[in-house]
Amino acid sequence: MSAVREIEYRDALREAMSEEMRRDKRVFLLGEEVAEYNGAYKISRGMLEEFGARRVIDTPISESGFAGLAIGAAMMGLKPVVEFMSWSFSLVAADPILNNAPKMLYMSGGQFGCPVVFRGNDGAGGQLGSTHSWCVEGLFSNVPGIKIAIPSNPYDAKGLLKTAIRGSDPVFFLESERMLGNKGEVPEEEYLIPFGQAKVIRSGTDCTLASWGRPVHFCMEAAEEMQKLGISCEVIDLRTVRPLDIGTVVRSVKKTGACVVVDQSWSFGSPGSEVASQVHRHCFDDLDNYVHRVHSADVPTPYATNLEQEYLPNARKIAEAVRSATYNL
Amino acid sequence: MAFVARRLFPVCTDYTMTSLSNPTAGGVSAPGSSQSDVHAKVYGDAEHLQVPAAAAHVSTEKMLDWFKQMLLIREFELRCMQAYQEKKIGGFCHVYIGQEAVAVGCTAAVEHKDPIVTAYRDHGHALARGMDPKHCMAEMFGRVGGCAKGKGGSMHMFDRDNNLYGGHGIVGAQTPLGAGLAFGCKYIDEVIEGKANSRVSLCFLGDGALNQGAFHEAMNLAGLFDIPVIYVVENNGYSMGTAIARGTTMAHSLITKAAGYGIDGYVVDGMDVVGVYADMKRIADKCRATSRPAFVDMRTYRYKGHSMSDPRKYRTKEEEEVFEKHDPIGRLEARLKAAGKLTDDSLKAMQKDVRDTVRDAVAWSDESPIPPMAELFHDVFVEPWGPYTGSSQPQMNGGTANQPSMRTIDTKEELS
Ligand SMILES: Cc1ncc(C[n+]2csc(CCOP(=O)(O)OP(=O)(O)O)c2C)c(N)n1
Ligand SMILES: [Mg+2]
Repeated sequence: MSAVREIEYRDALREAMSEEMRRDKRVFLLGEEVAEYNGAYKISRGMLEEFGARRVIDTPISESGFAGLAIGAAMMGLKPVVEFMSWSFSLVAADPILNNAPKMLYMSGGQFGCPVVFRGNDGAGGQLGSTHSWCVEGLFSNVPGIKIAIPSNPYDAKGLLKTAIRGSDPVFFLESERMLGNKGEVPEEEYLIPFGQAKVIRSGTDCTLASWGRPVHFCMEAAEEMQKLGISCEVIDLRTVRPLDIGTVVRSVKKTGACVVVDQSWSFGSPGSEVASQVHRHCFDDLDNYVHRVHSADVPTPYATNLEQEYLPNARKIAEAVRSATYNL
Repeated sequence: MAFVARRLFPVCTDYTMTSLSNPTAGGVSAPGSSQSDVHAKVYGDAEHLQVPAAAAHVSTEKMLDWFKQMLLIREFELRCMQAYQEKKIGGFCHVYIGQEAVAVGCTAAVEHKDPIVTAYRDHGHALARGMDPKHCMAEMFGRVGGCAKGKGGSMHMFDRDNNLYGGHGIVGAQTPLGAGLAFGCKYIDEVIEGKANSRVSLCFLGDGALNQGAFHEAMNLAGLFDIPVIYVVENNGYSMGTAIARGTTMAHSLITKAAGYGIDGYVVDGMDVVGVYADMKRIADKCRATSRPAFVDMRTYRYKGHSMSDPRKYRTKEEEEVFEKHDPIGRLEARLKAAGKLTDDSLKAMQKDVRDTVRDAVAWSDESPIPPMAELFHDVFVEPWGPYTGSSQPQMNGGTANQPSMRTIDTKEELS
């Protein structure tokens, strides 16, 4: 019998890394404050003790350097896990993570892959201002050659991270500071979650809500609200945006006839616009209204609480979008 | 080594020998606790500690002014910590307590027209540069009275009137900007106005920022293009929980990095405001005259945690106490008192003044309104293109302001 236990998102991440490090010596963790400080967000707490300083490595504040180093090590056959304290800081490492990792296999005609996982906090952490609140899926999902996972809960975080580490390709793993303390059921026994498999986390008949990462929770709130108005929402957590399981969304929209995509990144050229575009293509005759999208406002992230709250997607905005998308009900 | 020849000041390994230090200040007396030893404890070998050969002449008024500025910054930061606990300030907030002498001394050593740019630990620089404490506090409260109308926050203090070109949140981000500010000054003076360059720029950075590529590229550019920028490394011995020697090569002699770029490097005691002023004045004067960059390893210490959530387990209480004994405020206080320029009464009056100023700043910020929602969409462009019409309608769709609307129902419209 499997014991049902609840652990935090951050613990799920640590379990995934630790388990993979136990089974494969090629796996190591590197990043700022990951070792002696136990991680700026305590994700790697205790890992230095278990694995030692050769495998849990504190770096200087040199993202470009250590991201590139990890890619070199991956070309050498190792399996680095790189922690960015925040994905906002990955921008100074743009060249290695966007120009080297995703293209190495292709450029080398299949000779050198890059089995490296870059992971860290993504999205607004709460009044961190313009420089620290990046939702990098908006930028990076445009790049071929990387897989992008954006788990919304501890169970998915663990299963997807294990898959990411065990895989042979570069993975960007996008966590959220705002969810690290969230608890969820995670079984004791080992499991992996394949990439590219969306999960219907609430079934409904009137409108499909498609999202990933933290906004999934806002979708659930909105669905609850809409239920009170008699509108039944189906909520889909895509879990990875590259690969994108559009099939699950399409099947749902064919049933509901309405769709709202919720994406915390900016709207112009985003994963949200991609999902909407693909739904339009596949569900042209099924839709009663255009696919609505809820994004962050098309401005840099403001600091003031009131502005930031209005800037971000939230349950109220999603509910408004659902009401508009289902105007005919 | 090559850089020795470029040194302005003679090397002095015994700090207490310098005319600028006051042996009685902060209880420095036994040889075992000399300033060099204190630095050595945290920064490794302190043999390169350099100090000016002679004190620059500093009037009592100036010293009293700096003293008060440091008091103000400390009081301001203590109130920030309190306001953070009360959740009036959000996000990341990094206080400057312990480092006051650096911002105050450096700012005093340059002219008001000289640009300053710094990192996210920026409240001290803003206040030293003359920002009204009200505007600084209101910014952190996310109020419209803030220096950036509440849109920047603690890490991003900007003040055009006071030539403060920002606090910058990304480690190292300000270092090429610092070169650019100085480049801009020189270009304006020399190319546009046909006169000699008149300004130097101060670019502050943490010791942790030394390890960003941007910093090295900026240093090379500054050296190559003869850019009059002074890189002041506020070397407080730590970047977050990483002691400098764990993250940085040649931690005991950072000026060797400058030497690699052909840039003059200096080591300055950042816990003594008069010394900071004297050293920085000479460095800035030279920089201005020669139109060349400089690099300063400014030895200082942050008393508090990296940000509000840092329990400081990576260092000992004893180490903190050693530095607190060398407190920049305590040292100047002792010095002024010894010289009969400060009495217990005048000190009390000054402290009260400062407390009132900061209390007023807090009260004023409490009263300042939150930014109107329209601010969310302002300041994206100088020349905006099209209206903002909601989260799924980017502004760069353009032109809809003057065209019949092609849009259908949108969330934003319903909301507003
Ligand atoms: C590129 C980048 N990486 C990481 C961070 C997170 N971070 C913020 S401050 C800091 C430590 C910086 O230390 P230092 O430069 O010594 O400045 P101090 O805090 O001591 O003033 C780190 C790692 C960041 N803001 N930017
Ligand atoms: Mg530091």
